[in-house]
Amino acid sequence: MSLIVERAGFLTSVQDLGRVGFRQFGVSSGGALDSFGLRVANLLVGNDEGAPGLEITLGGLQLRFEDERLVVWCGGEFEVRIGSKALPAGHAARAQAGERLKFGRSQIGCRSWLVVSGGIDVPSTLGSRSTDLRAGFGGCGGRALRDGDVLPLSLYPKSSAFVKARTHKPTLSISSWTAPHDWVTPAKPKPILRFIRGIDWNRFNASTLKRLTGEAFTVSPDSDRMGVRLEGPELKRVDESDLISEAVAPGTIQVPPSGRPILLLGDCQTIGGYPKMAHVITVDLGVAAQLRAGDQVRFSEVSLADAHRLLLELERQLELFRVGLSLHTS
Amino acid sequence: MPLRLQRLDSARNDRLMEIIPLGDSALIVRVRERFDDAPEQTLDKVLCALRHLQSAAIPGVIELAPAYTSVAVFFDPIAVAKATATPGDGFDRFVERIRAAVAAGADRRRHRRAASPRVRLVKIPVCYDPEFGLDIDDVARHANMSPTEVVRLHSEAEYRVACIGFVPGFPFLAGLPKKLATPRRDVPRKEIPPGSVGIGGAQTGIYPLRSPGGWNLIGRTPLRLFDPGKNPPTLLRAGDRVRFRVITREEFESFKR
Repeated sequence: MSLIVERAGFLTSVQDLGRVGFRQFGVSSGGALDSFGLRVANLLVGNDEGAPGLEITLGGLQLRFEDERLVVWCGGEFEVRIGSKALPAGHAARAQAGERLKFGRSQIGCRSWLVVSGGIDVPSTLGSRSTDLRAGFGGCGGRALRDGDVLPLSLYPKSSAFVKARTHKPTLSISSWTAPHDWVTPAKPKPILRFIRGIDWNRFNASTLKRLTGEAFTVSPDSDRMGVRLEGPELKRVDESDLISEAVAPGTIQVPPSGRPILLLGDCQTIGGYPKMAHVITVDLGVAAQLRAGDQVRFSEVSLADAHRLLLELERQLELFRVGLSLHTS
Repeated sequence: MPLRLQRLDSARNDRLMEIIPLGDSALIVRVRERFDDAPEQTLDKVLCALRHLQSAAIPGVIELAPAYTSVAVFFDPIAVAKATATPGDGFDRFVERIRAAVAAGADRRRHRRAASPRVRLVKIPVCYDPEFGLDIDDVARHANMSPTEVVRLHSEAEYRVACIGFVPGFPFLAGLPKKLATPRRDVPRKEIPPGSVGIGGAQTGIYPLRSPGGWNLIGRTPLRLFDPGKNPPTLLRAGDRVRFRVITREEFESFKR
């Protein structure tokens, strides 16, 4: 059974948790820009955490279901409707055959992740079902979705314990169960992203470093899945010497000679030669993925130990959540 | 005296190993400060570090990626934290294990300097016809030589892949004859056909995919440098030796068939 893409919207692509092991060949990790959000959404419909879903940028998507499925979305503050009902983030809906799901505009944030029980059944390329839009492979033919696409869905028996436990009342169409609010709607109006110092931190003088933490930056329209370009305070380097290219990663804040920093996201290239001033910590990447043109963003420094502690704590909470869900199923 | 200073300096460079966080889920292991002064030696050191990190199979490591003077180690902070019994101690232990793995490799290398690992030589056919070498005249003018001379120099040299990046499968090749070094174009092209061979500054490389780019184009190869349907997906990998072989337009077409 399939999912019919009646309207593909501004930019929608198939994404899972990304590609691992191919950076040495220049292949980006890619995947859902908020991998945590995708994992939570998948858990909420009873999928494997890494099942492929759709990443929706700026809304406009309209889907039609061919069979009965559970569906959940997480991400920015979008208006989403299933049939005639509003579907809030993080709540599972039981979509009936023939029913339509529509993504409107977002109030805050710019991306969301939609998963369907069973997951989207596209072939795996280099170990992942994610679309690499820049290199043109993976996902749905290596490209963003188009109107009229038909996405095959993996089998998901209606008799599964998960569905039974959650939709035993035939009248129930939208679940009351959900995940913590911050997990399903991480978008914030004026976010503060936490960072740790980068390798080239000392190539900037004290007053420039102060600007990074003391001033607000504005997201440029020239931003995409590769990176968020930031306008506002200029961050000029002390020395102008050429650096030897080395690895960069999602979260890296690199500063080209223009002094306008770029916060790299999941589709960023694997190496770079610009100074790496700082790195946004992993737990804040989901918030970073919501930045859209015109948004204001600030940065605050944490230690590497704190970054690790925050990540461990979040994983521990997710583990508890996972156990909680499975207890309710049995 | 200057010679001696240089030697001391290179000895210090030889021992260098910096391990620097690249965010909270990756580290960069730098084995040398510079690349251009000794590309061969540097690449061998990087590959040696890469091999020893691979064989050490340190728990928590997700993937390794070499580039010029460094190897990036991507890791799972959760797995690293769980690898030790004492909480909060996992990351430091992890860094120590990386340091030990790379140092052990460097030691072994010193003892068996002659037995440097086998490096692949990959021959790449290139058609340097003006149809493909859109900027060969600019390169020739900059080098104050004829386009024929550019082709001869470019195809006679031996190169090494310093790094794969920019786009999947793009090889940054070290070893370009100094005379051929040409600054990047002022205005980058919006679209460069796959297989295009270019010169950007002191490096040469091949565009594997249709992509934008600012390098001076001097020819084109019919070979496919990136194929996501294969594993490994690239024709080349860091450390490979590369030679270009001049082919005619007809040969180019027959390769394509």
